Amino acid sequence: MTSPRPPADAATLARWYRQMVAIRLFEEKVQQLFQTGQIQGTTHLAQGQEAVSVGSVAAMEPGDVQTNTYRGHGEALALGMDHEVAFAELMGRSAGCSKGLGGSMHLIDVTKGNIGANAIVGAGLPIAVGAAMAFKLRGQTHVALTFFGDGSTNIGTFHESLNMAAVWAAPVVFVISNNLYGEYSPIRTTTPLDDLARRADPYGMPGVIVDGQDVEIVSAAVSEAVERARAGGGPSLLEMKTYRYRGHSRSDPAKYRPAGELEEWKARDPIAILGARLASAGILSTDEQARIHEETQAEIDAAAERAEASPYLALEETADHVYAR
Amino acid sequence: MSTLADPAAAVAGAAAVEMTYRDAINAAMADEMEADPNVVLLGEDVNAAGGVFKTNEGLSERFPGQVLTTPICENGFTGVALGMSLMGMRPIVEFMFADFLPTAGDQIVNQLPKYRFMSGGQFAVPVTLRVISGATGRFGTQHSATGESWYMGLPGLRVCAASSPGAAYELLRAAIRDPNPVLFHEHKALYGRKGEVRRGAVADLGRAEVLRPGADVTIVATLMMVERSLEAAATLAGEGIDAEVIDLRWIRPLDLATVGASVGKTGRLVIAEEQVHAGGWGATIISELTMGGVGWRSAPRAVSLPADICIAYSPPLEDAALPTAQSIAAAARASVRA
Repeated sequence: MTSPRPPADAATLARWYRQMVAIRLFEEKVQQLFQTGQIQGTTHLAQGQEAVSVGSVAAMEPGDVQTNTYRGHGEALALGMDHEVAFAELMGRSAGCSKGLGGSMHLIDVTKGNIGANAIVGAGLPIAVGAAMAFKLRGQTHVALTFFGDGSTNIGTFHESLNMAAVWAAPVVFVISNNLYGEYSPIRTTTPLDDLARRADPYGMPGVIVDGQDVEIVSAAVSEAVERARAGGGPSLLEMKTYRYRGHSRSDPAKYRPAGELEEWKARDPIAILGARLASAGILSTDEQARIHEETQAEIDAAAERAEASPYLALEETADHVYAR
Repeated sequence: MSTLADPAAAVAGAAAVEMTYRDAINAAMADEMEADPNVVLLGEDVNAAGGVFKTNEGLSERFPGQVLTTPICENGFTGVALGMSLMGMRPIVEFMFADFLPTAGDQIVNQLPKYRFMSGGQFAVPVTLRVISGATGRFGTQHSATGESWYMGLPGLRVCAASSPGAAYELLRAAIRDPNPVLFHEHKALYGRKGEVRRGAVADLGRAEVLRPGADVTIVATLMMVERSLEAAATLAGEGIDAEVIDLRWIRPLDLATVGASVGKTGRLVIAEEQVHAGGWGATIISELTMGGVGWRSAPRAVSLPADICIAYSPPLEDAALPTAQSIAAAARASVRA
């Protein structure tokens, strides 16, 4: 129906590499800032899943939007959120994207097509379908994406959203990051399937299994689904096979994982996979990659330091954010 | 009272016309859909023969791109409305029965009212939930609630309730125009009632209406209890008791100024509510006025649904659970004679 995009060029691949490194190092810094108390509450890291965020967002065009989840740092950064703004949000400070009112679970920036990061499992799906229907009713050719985890496929809104999207042929793409665990529980203790893409079948839409560790494969698969939706072909469900290196949230050491599983997945690290490809193609040498890590680390450290200088809002300053006038 | 932005339309439209409560709701939606193509109506069967309670007759023919029938999935389609609103649309969501609101509990509690706040004010959420409420229809335990106070404690949300055709028209227009999520409650026993509607008028936010001025006792009511309170006031007048009847209209925000001024005058208050008293707007009004130091001449009273009985299907049992003009009058009488 639609022709897939041509393979990414060298500059694009190098940009994806930088973006994945930035997400990885940003989240590493978040973990450190937790330990020192500069970030409080909870946070949900997605280290290991960077290719899903970067490859999917790369398929979006200006005017397209997405919703994501409490594990949404990757999508927010891939969509271009400034590191200082993101750190300030996690620190609860007024320079944050949501003025510190949202925190780690709500990195939102409507100007970048990021219309929601939700702390309720499954809640972002119908919101994305609604955005897609707004496009459709207005005759706009934009597309909405929605990112969520394997655990979300067991909640009602997943099924309600796929059903509505299919009935209405809404221009929406459902992206599951199947990292094998719904919070602390292995998928097969909560879900009778290994391949969640099969959950597309009852709703009459394509369900595609995607190697979520390879950013090029992710980008190609999401681009195809996005362009299908844009052309009026309706929704798709994409299942990204991926893995989170850390536990569910900051207090979870993930001891429920079988021995060796983490190491197996780290052997298919998305940054390493692309890095090796770039080195052998002569696009980015290992030295150049090391320099990218160093530069990014310095930039992230500086961004966190600047973010910490931002003041907190006063309680009375938040009133205008409760009701719009 | 405010009017439409176009003064000519407002003046022309200010002439009162008689119509039914059902037609007033239809007219409010039609006028808003006409004025703004971003106003859309969605919900179960909204497009099928005018909707289950016929409030939507003719809308899909007049505005074919603005009426969307959904599957039966309240949480899902309320989320869809939220997503539409983030893109600048102004969705109206029909809830076929108020009793279905809790199935959309996440969207009503966690999403609609908090979405703006947790984004640091990046969004407005102009979503109206049209909630078909109330008893007397012999619809049984799960189709008869008003639900009018279930969500009154949520910052970010507004809640209103329409007691007459005129109130329904003006409040629904205000709800659709408000840049915030609004639960608009309509009572299914009132659909056939006729009354004057000022076409073009938009209700003021958070303003209660004194329907009958009086000096001896204040009766505050919503929805179907308003007409029963007016009937009670007529009975009381024959006994020499002058009751003031207030249609509360807005449950969030509560118009404590209007109610407080009335009670400041009468010193007596009767709450007439089609809900249990605990956790409702009536209890909140009594609490707020008392904390505010109002001078009670006799203890405030409430005529409510029984605290520990559900609404039954059985017609005599359904009727027996509801406040009546007689029970409201009795409470007012007792208050005055106490």
